[in-house]
Amino acid sequence: PHHVRCVENVKLLDRYTNRKAANGTLYLTATHLIYVDASAEVRKEIWILHHHIATVEKLPLTTAGYPLLIHCKNFHVAHFVIGQERDCHEVYTSLLKLSQPVKSEELYAFSYNPKMSKENREIGWKLIDLKVDYQRMGIPNDYWEITDVNKDYEVCNTYPPEIVVPRAANKAVVIGSSRFRSRGRIPVLSYLYKENNAAICRCSQPLSGFSARCLEDEQMLQAIREANPGSPFMYVVDTRPKLNAMANRAAGKGYENEDNYDNIRFKFIGIENIHVMRNSLQKLLEVCEMKSPSMSDFLTGLENSGWLRHIKAVMDAGVFLAKAVKDEKASVLVHCSDGWDRTAQVCSLASLLLDPFYRTFKGFMVLIEKEWIAMGHKFSHRCGHLDGDPKEVSPVFTQFIECVWQLMQQFPCAFEFNERFLLEIHDHVYSCQFGNFLGTCHKEREDLKIFEKTHSLWPFLLQKKQELRNPLYRGFTAYKELQPNTLPFSFQFWCGMYNRFDKGMHPKQCVLDHLLSSMSQKMKLEDNASELENFCVSVCIGSGWDGVNFPQSSPPRAVLCVGSCRGAGNTPVFWLLLSRAGTALSPSIPASYPEASMLGVGKVLAGDVARTADPG
Amino acid sequence: MEFSELIKTATVESVLLSCVGLPAVKGTLCITSHHLLLSSCPGGDSQPGTLELWLLIRNVDAVEKRIAGSSGTITLRCKDLKVLQLEIPGMEECLNIASSIEALSSVDSVMMMYPFFYRPQSLKLEEGWHLFPLEQYFQRIASQTSQWRLSDVNRDFTTCPTYPPTVIVPAAVDDDTLQKAARFRQGGRFPVLSYYHCKNGTAMLRSSQPLTGPNRKRCREDEMLLGTILDEGERGFIIDTRSAQAAKQARMMGGGTEPKSSYPQWRRLHRPLERGRPLQESFIKLVEACNDTSINMDRWLSRLESCRWLSHVKAALSTACLAAQCLDREEASVLVHGAEGTDTTLLVTALAQVILDPSCRTLAGFQGLLEREWIEAGHPFHLRCARSAYSHARLKQEAPLFLLFLDCVWQLSRQFPFSLEFSEHLLLTLFDNAYASAYGTFLCNNEKERCLCKVRESTHALWAWLNQPGEKKKYLNPLYSHNALVIWPSVEPQSIQLWQGLFFRWIRSSQYLDEAWAEVQRLAEGGDPPVKESVESRLSRSLSDPAAQTENGR
Repeated sequence: PHHVRCVENVKLLDRYTNRKAANGTLYLTATHLIYVDASAEVRKEIWILHHHIATVEKLPLTTAGYPLLIHCKNFHVAHFVIGQERDCHEVYTSLLKLSQPVKSEELYAFSYNPKMSKENREIGWKLIDLKVDYQRMGIPNDYWEITDVNKDYEVCNTYPPEIVVPRAANKAVVIGSSRFRSRGRIPVLSYLYKENNAAICRCSQPLSGFSARCLEDEQMLQAIREANPGSPFMYVVDTRPKLNAMANRAAGKGYENEDNYDNIRFKFIGIENIHVMRNSLQKLLEVCEMKSPSMSDFLTGLENSGWLRHIKAVMDAGVFLAKAVKDEKASVLVHCSDGWDRTAQVCSLASLLLDPFYRTFKGFMVLIEKEWIAMGHKFSHRCGHLDGDPKEVSPVFTQFIECVWQLMQQFPCAFEFNERFLLEIHDHVYSCQFGNFLGTCHKEREDLKIFEKTHSLWPFLLQKKQELRNPLYRGFTAYKELQPNTLPFSFQFWCGMYNRFDKGMHPKQCVLDHLLSSMSQKMKLEDNASELENFCVSVCIGSGWDGVNFPQSSPPRAVLCVGSCRGAGNTPVFWLLLSRAGTALSPSIPASYPEASMLGVGKVLAGDVARTADPG
Repeated sequence: MEFSELIKTATVESVLLSCVGLPAVKGTLCITSHHLLLSSCPGGDSQPGTLELWLLIRNVDAVEKRIAGSSGTITLRCKDLKVLQLEIPGMEECLNIASSIEALSSVDSVMMMYPFFYRPQSLKLEEGWHLFPLEQYFQRIASQTSQWRLSDVNRDFTTCPTYPPTVIVPAAVDDDTLQKAARFRQGGRFPVLSYYHCKNGTAMLRSSQPLTGPNRKRCREDEMLLGTILDEGERGFIIDTRSAQAAKQARMMGGGTEPKSSYPQWRRLHRPLERGRPLQESFIKLVEACNDTSINMDRWLSRLESCRWLSHVKAALSTACLAAQCLDREEASVLVHGAEGTDTTLLVTALAQVILDPSCRTLAGFQGLLEREWIEAGHPFHLRCARSAYSHARLKQEAPLFLLFLDCVWQLSRQFPFSLEFSEHLLLTLFDNAYASAYGTFLCNNEKERCLCKVRESTHALWAWLNQPGEKKKYLNPLYSHNALVIWPSVEPQSIQLWQGLFFRWIRSSQYLDEAWAEVQRLAEGGDPPVKESVESRLSRSLSDPAAQTENGR
């Protein structure tokens, strides 16, 4: 499997400038496609992880040769032109195979070996403990308990073994309710707002059909409502458009009848389904790829894609939940159809709005582990990790990440992390390099033995904390609840995501880099390191930064460059990795990292870009 | 005319003033010749907690009144785009106040305007008026080349009524030739030097259209003037800011373009830029859309598209890049003109200089650029900025060319956050002052009018105010670091953003963004975080002119 295939005289076309196409060599390794530009003055490399490849297309022959167009799941688009038809076809078929593994065992995470001790790997998996987060919310308490009723997945096979339910709901109620909920996904606690005991709970749609009832399910909702004695009612929010929910009744599913449940206020929030979202993203990407569009073309395309409308719908729903909890002091039960897509988006967003903890590095990891991974968002299907049904693929998680970015635009000082942290997570949701996002639910991950065989992403991100932090963060206590503006103008097109690899479109000078480096120059690493950071440093040293050979075993450096076009504008900030004593760990940077020599001269770099960029 | 005749009711008690996003204030309303003021503590000295709000009446763009029962509400829509509401007890008072504001805000006589009455104690009248003499600018060029000279052919404004007395012209061309060439250009705006690119000795000139007319007239002097700029075999570019068709049609009205046969070394490029009425309507539609808080996402995007404002931004930046590219890359001289040469022409030449010339990107350099390329170059500020986006009055010659320029500079500052010495705050202040000001800087349409009105003798310069040490700090960009290179912006639609700081200044809360900016400042300067501003001071600042504050403190 380590056979490296290479094709010479491959051109790489630049979509946006009329600059001469690059000429270089294409390598196919077991995990990456690597393009080395030989024509550039400084050695330039582009790494594309096979798992990141969404589509490979052969385009009609041109005078330059045989074009191969690659679209990546992280919105990288690479347009190669290969001299020989045979080479082109061979690369094409290899990539098709490499990018669509059939069996889980073929996923990168199972072969990824960063030379970390078994012990550290295990500690890595224990970094995020959801029980600690429930404790933080004050659970268990008089009203809520953590139960292992699902330890053998008998209640729900897509839920984790431990779930939080009202104390008042005994086992019979739980089991009864599970029979009345799609795929047994009963109402469980997502977030408890300690200040007033209002809770956000989540579940799937009830199997109500046109008239079916379930006493236990009604008791379950009553228990949730009564766990918040301060409010005489609770909201039940169906995040689907009303029409979709009504259509489900014919299939024996549907939504709660207000007459059957005591003191509920039922509400639809029209977020569209995964198919609408998939098509919307497709249209958005077509707009992003237009060649020299006019302003009108772009804005019309943006409008027609509906993308920002959907983002706003998700945000509106999150804001509704947060307001219900904070201002109306009412608990909310949220569901969609299965309760693993829209429900995950909305619940996690509401938590983020209500609780500053989730806006820290660790809190955000907890949030993703809790609302997405543990509660069974089907990452494997939604991200198309394996060759499967293309209709199951949908950018549900991407939308959540974008909502967070939109919040960052409105509240630049409220998040401990920066945009790159979001992009890193987004990359790794698709990269399959770490075990966290494999499979569809906890049970499946256990069956895949990911906790034994793979690494967790989170320690690797914490290790890069210095370059992923937000220099403007004003700390945990500066802002409590966020109340974002949700008027249409507050939502901006996220160029940094959807045109991320089109460097020419981005600001030519990077404020983030500048502030990060001036921060690191001015202050030594603060001595407030938690156990977490201690751990992090030990992993960092323990993992051994040198002796990594390119390209057979690229990790851990591969972590730093997965799928990214490592052009001058996007310099990974290696030298910021300081040990606690303040000495640089100085990873030996191989010659294949040309920009390393330019580190620390961000402005000169930006100036260079300015000098070489073409107007228009 | 006496102001007092226009003021029907001077004072009303218990008026409630409200403004989106800020707490309402109740107090005594006074109308003076130039200000509307509202004090929450009538007659008292400034006690803590007292709010005194000063609004320059010239800033009012539209007055709307609604009478309900015995009281009425006046909505004041201002030229700086803020909207204020006054709830006035008493129907008659309400009507009187409304008509007084209407009358006072439409006084059109320049010499009746506030700058002629405003006398702050901290400034001297002559300060700030002669900071950027053309002679000084010329010295910079003269140290590099002897190809250019200063000419005072226009000293009495007879050669060109909209040019300043002194202009920079090719050294080889005498004043007599200039006068003849001027007769062949609309409004006498013969080609003059706008910018000399030291790096390679190329030049950017600007003019108005030639008066070719239907009979394809020629002018030997004009051809000679342009001819001397290029050496033999050299090529120059004429950037015409009209479409080829519009330029051709202009011949019917006596205008036209430089035909290839008469100007063989010049190659014409047409880059149509909107101006006049369509541009003003674009501005009006954009502001309407921004103020409509009931629209959904699709409607918002569709209105943002159909108002075309961002298209104009993109076109202006692209054309400025083209001019800059001709100079810097093609190493060719450029002549820029549209029709009159006072609008899109100046937009392009000024913007190209910001892109090319690092000395235009400092606070002082930018002020100098505005003086040279907008004010002295004869952009008719009085006509173009008479009304803003809210006015119901019939459009005359209003057009937001200057705002479009500021927007483009803002786009540059976003793409090159370290390369401009000044911040967004300066751009906003310039916008405000171009439309209504206590200073004389943007008064009148050209130098000739300014001389007649004695603007320099009788009003204060905005620059004098801005450059006071305490004030200046507010306009500086803490991230600035000199960048000697050309700053080529991206003009892809993805790179161009709506300038929210201007168009949503009074609509959305900027608290969190202000805090972020303070944080940037703190990090860049390594100082302590600035003291948090109280709501009161914010309200007071947002509602009053910088000038009024000093007056207030007197």
